[in-house]
Amino acid sequence: MAEKPITDEKRVFMTGNEAVAWAALAAEAEIMYGYPITPQNEIMHYWTRLAPKYKRKFLQTEDEISAGFTTCGGVLAGKRAFTATAGPGNVLMQEAMSMAEMMRIPTVVVVQQRGGPSTATVIYSQQETTLTCFGGNGEGLRLVYSTSSHQELFDYTIKAFYMAWKYRFPTFVLGDGYQAKMRESLYLYNPIEKGMPLAESYPFLGQEGRPGVEREPSHLRNTYNTEEELYQIISGYVEDYERMIPEVVEYQVSDLEDAEIVVIAHGIVSRAAREAVKVLRQEGRKVGYFRPITLRPFPTGKLREIAPKAKKLVVAESAQGQLFKLVQEALYGETVPLEPYFKPGLGITGEELVEFLQSNFGQ
Amino acid sequence: MKGTVKIALAGEGGQGVQSVAGIMVEAANDEGREALYIPNFGVEQRGGVSLAFCQISDEKVGAPKFRDADLVIALSERAVRRTRQYVHKDTLFIYDSSMQGIEDELPRNAKKVLAIPALEIAKKELHPRVFNIIIMGAAIEATKIVEMEQAKKAVEKRLGYKFAQNPKLRELNFKALERGAELVKESLA
Amino acid sequence: MATVPKMPKSWRVETKPHKFCPGCGHGLVLKALGEAIDELDIQDRVVFGCDIGCSLLAWDFFNVDIVQTHHGRTTPVMVGVKRARPDRICIAYMGDGGGYAIGAQHLVNAATRNEKITAILVNNCNYGMTGGQMAPTTLPEMKTETTPYGRDVEETGYPTQGPEMVAAITREGAYTARGTVAKVRQLKNYLKKALQNQLEGKGFSFVEALSGCPTNWSTNAKATWAFLEENMTKYFKVGEVKVPVKEEE
Repeated sequence: MAEKPITDEKRVFMTGNEAVAWAALAAEAEIMYGYPITPQNEIMHYWTRLAPKYKRKFLQTEDEISAGFTTCGGVLAGKRAFTATAGPGNVLMQEAMSMAEMMRIPTVVVVQQRGGPSTATVIYSQQETTLTCFGGNGEGLRLVYSTSSHQELFDYTIKAFYMAWKYRFPTFVLGDGYQAKMRESLYLYNPIEKGMPLAESYPFLGQEGRPGVEREPSHLRNTYNTEEELYQIISGYVEDYERMIPEVVEYQVSDLEDAEIVVIAHGIVSRAAREAVKVLRQEGRKVGYFRPITLRPFPTGKLREIAPKAKKLVVAESAQGQLFKLVQEALYGETVPLEPYFKPGLGITGEELVEFLQSNFGQ
Repeated sequence: MKGTVKIALAGEGGQGVQSVAGIMVEAANDEGREALYIPNFGVEQRGGVSLAFCQISDEKVGAPKFRDADLVIALSERAVRRTRQYVHKDTLFIYDSSMQGIEDELPRNAKKVLAIPALEIAKKELHPRVFNIIIMGAAIEATKIVEMEQAKKAVEKRLGYKFAQNPKLRELNFKALERGAELVKESLA
Repeated sequence: MATVPKMPKSWRVETKPHKFCPGCGHGLVLKALGEAIDELDIQDRVVFGCDIGCSLLAWDFFNVDIVQTHHGRTTPVMVGVKRARPDRICIAYMGDGGGYAIGAQHLVNAATRNEKITAILVNNCNYGMTGGQMAPTTLPEMKTETTPYGRDVEETGYPTQGPEMVAAITREGAYTARGTVAKVRQLKNYLKKALQNQLEGKGFSFVEALSGCPTNWSTNAKATWAFLEENMTKYFKVGEVKVPVKEEE
């Protein structure tokens, strides 16, 4: 057995892509399938350098369609398999992810969002929120973690493997180009030593024993003959998904007690939001903060609890209303006004949010 | 000094802006402080203005990019134009004095605009290759983000393999750091 | 009582009679494959992937582990399985649309990477499941739902010569052949060699099987066989295209 990639907890200073590669190693991911696209390339670069030392594998595929489907194949074979992508690659990846959704294949995909639509920029955006949550011709039966720091990229990549295999829904770690490329500090650790269980993987295909003789063969399909058959299958999945929600949903809040305005943001933009809340609180402004960590499932319950107490909710995102739609859906029937702050494809700074929030207090 | 120090460094490709940013944040991180560094990157591998955003703080840094820099250092005319947007009333704006006819392009809203002869000193006193280390010395003096000793350690960490082959390079680089700091100290005195 | 023809051991009796149209060639290809699996005694190691299109109807055909995937995507799924579990014998089963059109990039790249899997492609000159449209393998002048006046090669090009293409882009260890359901014994031999090639870890192996589609061709039994044996084999040459170089004894 190869030595453990991480033994003692240690503070490091690195890029987010490097943090993801270490997290996948720590989570004992066994194989990565991938296709080059900026800004996720360095995940593959670090993985291909580190993987052989720890007896892990890598395959560079011909495109993201293949990266998605080979990842499905690796998981079906019983391995903790993952891939990483961005932008147009994420679009192509959705075909395989819809199969993963239908066949309950616990794939892990790390998405480092870039600008869109189309090729757009290789830099940054939050425009893959809808795609990652609801891509494919299905119902969005997925788990999507939106991270905001390198520590979270590390923590949630490890967690993604565990949750994917526990609940058998395709699981996504939704980062972005900033998180991919920036450097900041984080702690690397071995999850086992922290008492965190590893994902229990098992084969869906190729189990031991002669099929049809010693055991039933595995016959897996995603095609059904009748509407009723499909409806029954999907209804069962939806029940599983809804049962899972209270166990997996995550959010972060602060300064809500007396908040008149609550700023809602996810991912890296939540850092600007927290910064702004801090500055405004020092000015005596009654402003609070809400950040969904799981975008699918969305922390609807918590948001509905907060909303009636606020006079206004400000939704800030580097997209034209993709988080906004999730918030709107969660708050259907509530009367609290929603104020958009949309910057599609553009980073959001703390300073600009401070000014925007000030203007919302009627200054 | 307030909580987070925000620095924008900009220059032409090859001026070593990104490596200076990298060494500075590494120095701060090694001191146990929180640092965040993000380069600008795009589809152009060459030819664009190279821009580095650095933030150093005693607590976790907020958003990776910022609008209001505490320090802007611009090393080319294009860099001056590109970085004006990060200047506000409390910004110290430093540019290299070798640029000619740039006066009209300089920001008017900065707290202070400072021209330093880094390129000239690099060429005449030291070596053109340590131009960016002079800039690093200037940035450290202007912001006090790390102690000079820590900065030297970080340079050693990054370039130690070169120093091992040629110990004179160590002296040259450390001298460049100190000269950079002096330039700012003299100008702000 | 009619005598039931002997089934390969690896077939799943519970799912027979199968769901292919009367006269369809898939049953014969799968019979040849079943026999090849039996003779190599690899039933407990096979992972069988089937595409979309008529090939999906094979999803419960064998007493082996099977996954039915998306159109054109069986090759990457099997590549993924094989890379993760090299001890499995992975078979990607697809039609001409899946292999030569929508999944062509996967077939080409799996071949050039010399993936140690076996791809089996059933060529019946049309898209069967969707109702008989032009496929990459539709013969010149042949009428389909999307070429109602016959395939005009000036407009739509010539039929894909799959095994020849695969042979051209693979290395010495690869195996490539074209069989036909008109010669099931020969087809079985090709399939067996293709699987043997994977077992020996030599390289990518690929067998195209010429097959009939009486439903969409609107042919009776006689005309089906005539089209298969005359028109198709005239254009698509049956035989081994590339065999692994024999090591010196």
